[in-house]
Amino acid sequence: MADMGNGDAFVAFERVQKSYDGETLVVKDLNLTMPKGEFLTMLGPSGSGKTTCLMMLAGFETATHGKILLDGKSINDIPPHKRGIGMVFQNYALFPHMTVAENLSFPLEVRKIGKSEREQKVKRALDMVEMGAFGGRRPAQLSGGQQQRIALARALVFEPELVLMDEPLGALDKQLREKMQFEITKLAHDLGITTVYVTHDQTEALTMSDRVAVFDDGRIQQLDPPDVLYEKPQNSFVAQFIGENNTLEGKITEIKGNTCVVKLDDGQEIDAIPINVDKVGERTRVSIRPERVEFLKDRLSPDAHLIKAEVLEFIYMGDIFRTRLRVAGNNDFVIKSRNAPDQVRLKPGAQIEIGWLAEDCRALDAS
Amino acid sequence: MTDATAGTDQTTTGSPATTDAKGGMIAADGTPLKKSLSRALRRQKMRALLLIAPLLLFVLVTFIAPIADMLFRSVENQIVRETLPRTVAALSDYDAGGDELPGDAVFEAAYYDVFFAAERKLHTRLGSRLNYEQTGASSLFRKSGRGIDDIGEVYQDQFEDLDERWDEARPWAELMGDPEWIAAQDAWSEDDGAMPPFELRDGIRDVLPRTAMAYETFARFMQTEEEDSPLEEEPWTVVHTALYQDISENGVAGYSGPGADRLQAVEALIASPDFETIRFQDGFEEIDEDWVDPEIWKTIKTYSPPYTSGYFLNAVDAQKTADGPALRDEDERIYGLLFKRTLFMSMVITISCILLAYPIAYLLSNLPMRTANLLMILVLLPFWTSLLVRTSAWKVMLQQQGVINDVLVWLGLVGDADRLVMINNQFGTIVAMTHILLPFMILPMYSVMSTIPPSYVRAAKSLGATNWTTFWRVYFPQSVPGIGAGSILVFILAIGYYITPEIVGGTTGTFISNRIAYHISSSLNWGLAAALGAILLAAVLILYWAYDRIVGIDNVKLGG
Ligand SMILES: Nc1ncnc2c1ncn2[C@@H]1O[C@H](COP(=O)(O)OP(=O)(O)OP(=O)(O)O)[C@@H](O)[C@H]1O
Ligand SMILES: [Mg+2]
Repeated sequence: MADMGNGDAFVAFERVQKSYDGETLVVKDLNLTMPKGEFLTMLGPSGSGKTTCLMMLAGFETATHGKILLDGKSINDIPPHKRGIGMVFQNYALFPHMTVAENLSFPLEVRKIGKSEREQKVKRALDMVEMGAFGGRRPAQLSGGQQQRIALARALVFEPELVLMDEPLGALDKQLREKMQFEITKLAHDLGITTVYVTHDQTEALTMSDRVAVFDDGRIQQLDPPDVLYEKPQNSFVAQFIGENNTLEGKITEIKGNTCVVKLDDGQEIDAIPINVDKVGERTRVSIRPERVEFLKDRLSPDAHLIKAEVLEFIYMGDIFRTRLRVAGNNDFVIKSRNAPDQVRLKPGAQIEIGWLAEDCRALDAS
Repeated sequence: MTDATAGTDQTTTGSPATTDAKGGMIAADGTPLKKSLSRALRRQKMRALLLIAPLLLFVLVTFIAPIADMLFRSVENQIVRETLPRTVAALSDYDAGGDELPGDAVFEAAYYDVFFAAERKLHTRLGSRLNYEQTGASSLFRKSGRGIDDIGEVYQDQFEDLDERWDEARPWAELMGDPEWIAAQDAWSEDDGAMPPFELRDGIRDVLPRTAMAYETFARFMQTEEEDSPLEEEPWTVVHTALYQDISENGVAGYSGPGADRLQAVEALIASPDFETIRFQDGFEEIDEDWVDPEIWKTIKTYSPPYTSGYFLNAVDAQKTADGPALRDEDERIYGLLFKRTLFMSMVITISCILLAYPIAYLLSNLPMRTANLLMILVLLPFWTSLLVRTSAWKVMLQQQGVINDVLVWLGLVGDADRLVMINNQFGTIVAMTHILLPFMILPMYSVMSTIPPSYVRAAKSLGATNWTTFWRVYFPQSVPGIGAGSILVFILAIGYYITPEIVGGTTGTFISNRIAYHISSSLNWGLAAALGAILLAAVLILYWAYDRIVGIDNVKLGG
């Protein structure tokens, strides 16, 4: 899925590099293709080059090397105002000296669209974000969430095929954020717009996107749909970055087909799937999601390797129980279990044995 | 949260706001929302006001008070009334519109007034004041100060011939003064401090009213101004004149107090056909013929009220005439032209400052911090050199043998014979002042421009605007507050600028402020200077008001 034929790619980055100062590469060899109508999120820690990629796509930064294609045509030499890409900025960038309606009609005016049609489109766009009554206000007279909607409406009013959003919900509180996340995805899908969305909030990325590109160090670490990203991280950065994750360090002692045996540093052995390790003797970091760890023997397959653990802490969280264990010298090994009538509540100090399905335990790079 | 602006997406759960019968919002305690909002705001304002009260006081004292004083001076005209009180009273029913001389009573009053003023040396000041309205008044009063004694000497000489004592201090004092006062004055020595104030003898005022008045004025003046004892000073000749008038009018037959014999002797002398008298009018005519020209009396009458519009009329090239204010002759008008020139040139200077400063400020606000700071120092550099030096430098640059002309001649663009005249005219003033005021335009522009986030420009471009549209529709409107602030600053500075036009302005490039300075330091016509200043102030306020109406004063920002 990550590699589609360039034929149906609407947006494509081909071997794009970017350096601001000529010394360090902020974006290193970026390759990315997006089909029409996709909602793609760029997720990554601060400074990983997300905004830079977006700005190159919008035309405000030029790629130091490589090609960016839009609908099959290279846009490297097209100035930003001719690219026809809608953009929502982090601080909204609503023009303070214009009313909301004037802000919305601005992109239509510069496209020389007639007055009546303009008014009609502005009205439709305002209604779309449920801000129909606010056309006469100045941006300063709106709340953050309202400004956000207007910024969205403005980016959409001229019906661009591609919309870029750079952390558009960064300034909003949690509740409003969730509401807006839903509205933005709904709008994008209803209108069939191709969207590139930047965030460093992983929940936002997982809930909104068709695919998520995890950025780190100027590279895409993994580009996959949210479920794949969560369940099948390709390297330990992604595993760490997305969701909660337990890690254990060890060495590969045996590879058989698509499973392997990892000998942990304290001598115990576990089963795992090798992801980016291929040699016996190589150091590895295995990753297991807390909710995939089992401690009741009857729920495990009989041939699974079990390892010893000591209960350190039990936290009651309502819908789930969260238990912290010491496993092979790691004091932060967490398991989560659903709060069900037959669920066992572990006592601190108890010595137990835990295990998991081999396919839930991924042997990743040790870096 | 009683939020009057609750929008559609903000649920009003928990908000006590409801609507009243007329549809207005009601606050939690039942008062209309508008009212409780304005009450809350008022309380905030009061507190803020208290906080700045000391500053307000300071501003009031150091800023408002001088302006108020200036406004007061521009209409104040006490000097005529104070220096010539009797004349002003006597002129009350004189018709300034006619062509006649005033009656004897006026000349008599003027005699006493001018005499006392001359003794106090106030007559020259009054002369200069009236000279603003009628040329020649100054020298007339100066001459009169010297010649006014001649009138009284006519009587003094004859009285003295009759009796030596009429020219001696002590007999006069005994005739006029209270015996107790004389005793006290005799006993007084310099160590006692102030002299016992002169007192008239009981009843003498009834017998010799004018003499009493004149002598009392003399005695008091001696005591307070000269610090001499009236017992040792011969009285002024005005006292003799007064004595003649009193005796010739009422006689002294009924008087039997001390000195009655001397007075009767005088009465007899006056009655004799040989006694020489002089009419006040003739006396004045002898001093200067101008006194028998109705013009001076009209002027005094016109400017006798304590407040006058005369300075303001003067400042707009008009003057008071018998039939109300009228414009001066064409060739005597200067201030209208100067005002127009000042406004016009200030506008030209402001506009050229805008044109030059805008690109500089734009550049500064878009450069990286380090470079911008370096350039900023260059912008501020002129502030570190004296204004005088910078202005003089322009003189060097622009004069006919100056750098620019030399270069033009060298390039062959102008002939050596017809070098350009660029200094001592409007061009020179505009160039030099634009240069000097430029930083005042750049700084507010820069501080406003550097607060415009670059994302606005990017947003406009992403919405499809060309570079020009982006600038004109998005960037420029947001920089207007900076232009506004800079323009107001530069314009107001320019309109009152003095040094530069003085140095490089020649005759055609000077401002109204140069004229104000002239009146303050050379002609000493402070009233007119104040009136010109007041008009200038009014012009600025009107322009400010117009600016507020057209652009809106909240569109002025110095940053932030
Ligand atoms: N205009 C610029 N000049 C020089 N370096 C820049 C510039 N803009 C960004 N950088 C550098 O490029 C790197 C990537 O920046 P970028 O803004 O793309 O990060 P980001 O992923 O958007 O981070 P964030 O989540 O904090 O917004 C950073 O190290 C940053 O310091
Ligand atoms: Mg960013």
